[in-house]
Amino acid sequence: METILLFAPLVGALLCGFGWKIIGETAAMWVATGLLFLSAILSWIVFLTFDPSLHEGGHYTVSILRWIESGTLSTDWAIRMDRLTAIMLIVITTVSSLVHLYSFGYMDHDPQWREGETYKPRFFAYLSFFTFAMLMLVTADNLVQMFFGWEGVGVASYLLIGFYYRKPTANAAAIKAFVVNRVGDFGFALGIFALFFLVDSINLSDIFAAAPTLAETQVTFLWTSWNAAELVAFLLFIGAMGKSAQLILHTWLPDAMEGPTPVSALIHAATMVTAGVFLVCRMSPIMEFAPNATMFITILGASTAFFAATVGLVQTDIKRVIAYSTCSQLGYMFVAAGVGMYSAAMFHLLTHAFFKAMLFLGAGSVIHAMHHEQDMMNYGALRKKIPYTFWAMMIGTLAITGVGVPVWIATLGEIPIGFAGFHSKDAIVESAYAAGTGYGFWLLVIAALFTSFYSWRLMFLTFYGEARGDKHTHEHAHESPMVMLIPLGVLAIGAIFSGMVFYKSFFGHVDTVGKFYGIPYAEASEHGEAKADSHGEDSHGEAKAEDSHGEDKAHGKEGEHHYAFAGQPGEGALYIAPDNTLLDDAHKVPYWVKTSPFAAMLLGFIVAYWFYIVNPAIPGKLAENQRPLYLFLKNKWYFDELYDAIFVKPALGVGRLFWRRGDGNVIDGTINGVALGIIPFFTRLAGRAQSGYIFTYAFWMVVGIACLITWMTIGGGVE
Amino acid sequence: MDNLLSITTFIPALAALILALFLRGDDEAAQKNAKWAALFATCATFFVSLFILFGFDPNDTGFQFVEEGEWILGLKYKMGVDGISVLFVMLTTFIMPLVIAASWDVTHRVKEYMIAFLLLETLMLGVFMALDLVLFYLFFEAGLIPMFLIIGIWGGKERIYASFKFFLYTFLGSVLMLVAMVGMYVDAGTTDIEQLLTHQFGSESFNLLGVQIVGGMQTLMWLAFFASFAVKMPMWPVHTWLPDAHVQAPTAGSVVLASILLKMGGYGFLRFSLPMFPVGSEVMGPLVLWLSAIAIVYTSLVALVQEDMKKLIAYSSVAHMGFVTMGIFAANQQGIDGAIFQMISHGFISGALFLCVGVIYDRMHTREIDAYGGLVNRMPAYALIFMLFTMANVGLPGTSGFIGEFLTLMAVFQVNTWVAAVATTGVIFSAAYALWLYRRVVMGDLIKESLKTITDMSRRERAIFAPLVVCTILFGVYPAPILDIIGPSVEALVGNYETALAQAEAAIRLASN
Repeated sequence: METILLFAPLVGALLCGFGWKIIGETAAMWVATGLLFLSAILSWIVFLTFDPSLHEGGHYTVSILRWIESGTLSTDWAIRMDRLTAIMLIVITTVSSLVHLYSFGYMDHDPQWREGETYKPRFFAYLSFFTFAMLMLVTADNLVQMFFGWEGVGVASYLLIGFYYRKPTANAAAIKAFVVNRVGDFGFALGIFALFFLVDSINLSDIFAAAPTLAETQVTFLWTSWNAAELVAFLLFIGAMGKSAQLILHTWLPDAMEGPTPVSALIHAATMVTAGVFLVCRMSPIMEFAPNATMFITILGASTAFFAATVGLVQTDIKRVIAYSTCSQLGYMFVAAGVGMYSAAMFHLLTHAFFKAMLFLGAGSVIHAMHHEQDMMNYGALRKKIPYTFWAMMIGTLAITGVGVPVWIATLGEIPIGFAGFHSKDAIVESAYAAGTGYGFWLLVIAALFTSFYSWRLMFLTFYGEARGDKHTHEHAHESPMVMLIPLGVLAIGAIFSGMVFYKSFFGHVDTVGKFYGIPYAEASEHGEAKADSHGEDSHGEAKAEDSHGEDKAHGKEGEHHYAFAGQPGEGALYIAPDNTLLDDAHKVPYWVKTSPFAAMLLGFIVAYWFYIVNPAIPGKLAENQRPLYLFLKNKWYFDELYDAIFVKPALGVGRLFWRRGDGNVIDGTINGVALGIIPFFTRLAGRAQSGYIFTYAFWMVVGIACLITWMTIGGGVE
Repeated sequence: MDNLLSITTFIPALAALILALFLRGDDEAAQKNAKWAALFATCATFFVSLFILFGFDPNDTGFQFVEEGEWILGLKYKMGVDGISVLFVMLTTFIMPLVIAASWDVTHRVKEYMIAFLLLETLMLGVFMALDLVLFYLFFEAGLIPMFLIIGIWGGKERIYASFKFFLYTFLGSVLMLVAMVGMYVDAGTTDIEQLLTHQFGSESFNLLGVQIVGGMQTLMWLAFFASFAVKMPMWPVHTWLPDAHVQAPTAGSVVLASILLKMGGYGFLRFSLPMFPVGSEVMGPLVLWLSAIAIVYTSLVALVQEDMKKLIAYSSVAHMGFVTMGIFAANQQGIDGAIFQMISHGFISGALFLCVGVIYDRMHTREIDAYGGLVNRMPAYALIFMLFTMANVGLPGTSGFIGEFLTLMAVFQVNTWVAAVATTGVIFSAAYALWLYRRVVMGDLIKESLKTITDMSRRERAIFAPLVVCTILFGVYPAPILDIIGPSVEALVGNYETALAQAEAAIRLASN
């Protein structure tokens, strides 16, 4: 089943991309879409039936084919199935199948193409291929296979960003995405090399088992000696930075919006960009032993969350606003992973996939309605024209801004009530506080305020107020067809309920989370020291969990950890070190902390309401008064200009220098100088050569040599 | 079949002889006959070589299919293949029919053209099979002449300059090698490569004109061989002949040059430098690693600013050969496995890329990148194939280009992290120059008037690419057939290398006591 769900998208991509001439355009598209739905159904079955306690170490492996074998290096194509993989499977296949469906409507009559041009099967083939590569990434049981998926999604992203190949901007964005990602891959690759050097294997199981040893190993890399775990964690994170568009390597993501909107929803919001978060969570056994590297992750994540949110405040292109929002939300996930709350990172990854995909598809629906106009300044008053889209976007906005009922007012049993983003974002903010990272905590709260502001700004500019821009376009604005609305509806369900449904599994207590991920846990003594509980006694542990159900309510008390994680690295989908008690701590943060994201959300909403509904003149004036700041944000902190000046131009300059001066003057010059005596002779020879005679002579000479050799061989070689 | 190797080697030469002697006239019929005869001969060679492949036992690390006989002047004729050379033989026989097929539109001196290529094939095969120094040298040097002619007669505008540059560079490097070979004969008393492989050349340091030579005789001989192979490879900074040669050579010539001729250098390192002069290799290894790393970065940056498609791909070839030399002198299993794999894979990929240039050069007669743009609009099949090989060229996992790069980098990381880090930046630059090229040629709107009537690839052209596409993807996904064949031989090579080093070290310790 795992193999089928993995390869169905590939088969779909090939059939659709190469077979459409035979089976017809529409049939080809349905084949791709159908196979993806098959894959999605199987993924859900796997996810729901997967029980980590049935498998040794909480995972099992399906081997497919031998791959690279060289000396002690041995890698297979294989599927590693554990909870982390299962979560990613449902995220990827669900969003992807819905995006396929949505594309039937969105890509129909695309004005970028001329009459009679066939582009849709190509689009669907790319989408399916992307899905396959992404599945390869998350099911990998070794790092090279993950790297295959990693680069595979990069190529798919490149192809899809550059899908409108006539547009120069799209081509430029595609190359930028690929090259910037390659900078990250540079780090990822070095991380893999380092792991092979240290562990002599790049299979995940071996690496996890060796993690404690790595923590005590010193390794010389470049100019200095490093702690092995820190080095590996840091190098791998560089890869994650590229893929997940974190600060320094983020510049490609906003430009990637040149691709068609379904692409933005699938690749640049829900799945590919979260691969970096997945990588950090996947490598949790290493991360847990690398306090400095994870601190770096936390700081960078928080900075990105803040930076991207500030830029999002002033963008007017609807897709760019959401793109910066994605960048910012990824920062949240990295903060969670950095402080050691991998589960919360995965939680936000899951909920974000639903609501962000929906926001993008909703934006796509708006763009579709407005004849591919993307500037929000030309929108306005669309609420009545496209009501379904409006409600979908509304749900998405409520989810991303984190609307919910503060826990001190009411909860549903132990589960807080609210939209999906409410649970996961609060989980991250609380974890950041509990981890004691004031920098992370405050930046995330401020970012939550900005998130709320720009999200509502988007809503107000698009759906409320006066109709702006081309009148004709507004008059012809129309609701999207059903194939586009159904995916929105399904995602809306996810955006509303996924937080509440999965709350206990991702952010409950040690026992619920442990059971979900297959991490062994044990009853903790009063001092929080875990009694080692062997994995085989898991069922025993579960029984205890039920026994102590009544005591669960007492969890709020200080200093009492009923359970503590007690796994070894490699047992269970995540590794939580015994001294990492964040999951409990996060639940015990003060109420003002728990309420702070809510307050930030409310404040952001109020300001946005005031700016864009009550007094729409303010934003313009503010931009006038604070012109330098406005330009700074509008130009995305001038990162592109900076990089162009310090990387792109110098690289080209150095290239030219090497070519003209290095190859031309120095190397050839020297050699010519040495050969100065011979040159006149050869120029004379060359002069004669042009007449052609010399070549004829030389030619017959060769023939002669050949005859001689042949004759001698036949005469001498065979006796 | 005791002389399978000789049969394989000399089928093309025989065909060349027949063409030279019996084909008269230069009319259309004669041209057609020449083409078909050449295609038939190269296909037959490939077919016969399959017997070598299937009869080859990977677990036997010695030479197989060995033929030995007396030759003239007391010299010996000895051929044989092992796990290191057999795949180069296969690569050569595999590429040549495609090369001939790619030359179908040649009209100028067709008979001579085909003869030159057929002879070249014989000489190249001989290089990979020869097990006698003199024989090796003969094949190695004689191979220059047909290539010199191919560039000089069927080349572009600057062909004379390019062909002489090519000839001089490679020839001057080889002279030093000849000196070292004479030295080897004097020292070991034999020219038999199999015996030379077990002979220990002196490695005691000595003083030469006031310069202390660490590693002694071995280092000197290593350097002499290095001069020849480094130029062939080509390594930075003796690479400048390659871009000129590529640009001026006809498409088929470029393909042979990139796919096969460049591999002779790498093969030479593996056959001579590393096993015969282990101490020399150990002494000079770091230098090679650094030259390789510099080559990767330097030539990638130069590739970034090229305006001529062929030149760009030529520089990219130099960068990719940097991975090869780096892997070889990392001197561990992954490194050498990776280096051989990279050479085979580069044979498919760079060959295909030059063919890609050839496809549009045949139509537009220019290699200027600026003369193109928006080809995807009229040539979708071409765009797809060019995309595939562009991605393979940047080392995308799943294509054969990845495995060689990955293994060599992984190997060098274990030896020197600085070199590994510098060389790994190559993955960034390669993406930049390759995609930038692709964008300027294929992407965009089709605006240029001259391109409005350009046609997509013909059936013949597609047929040429098909085997290359299959190999590139197949070996990227399932490299086992290649790695299984080279694995045991490389393991033995690495084992011998390390033993020899240990022995030399022990000898030094004994001497100093």
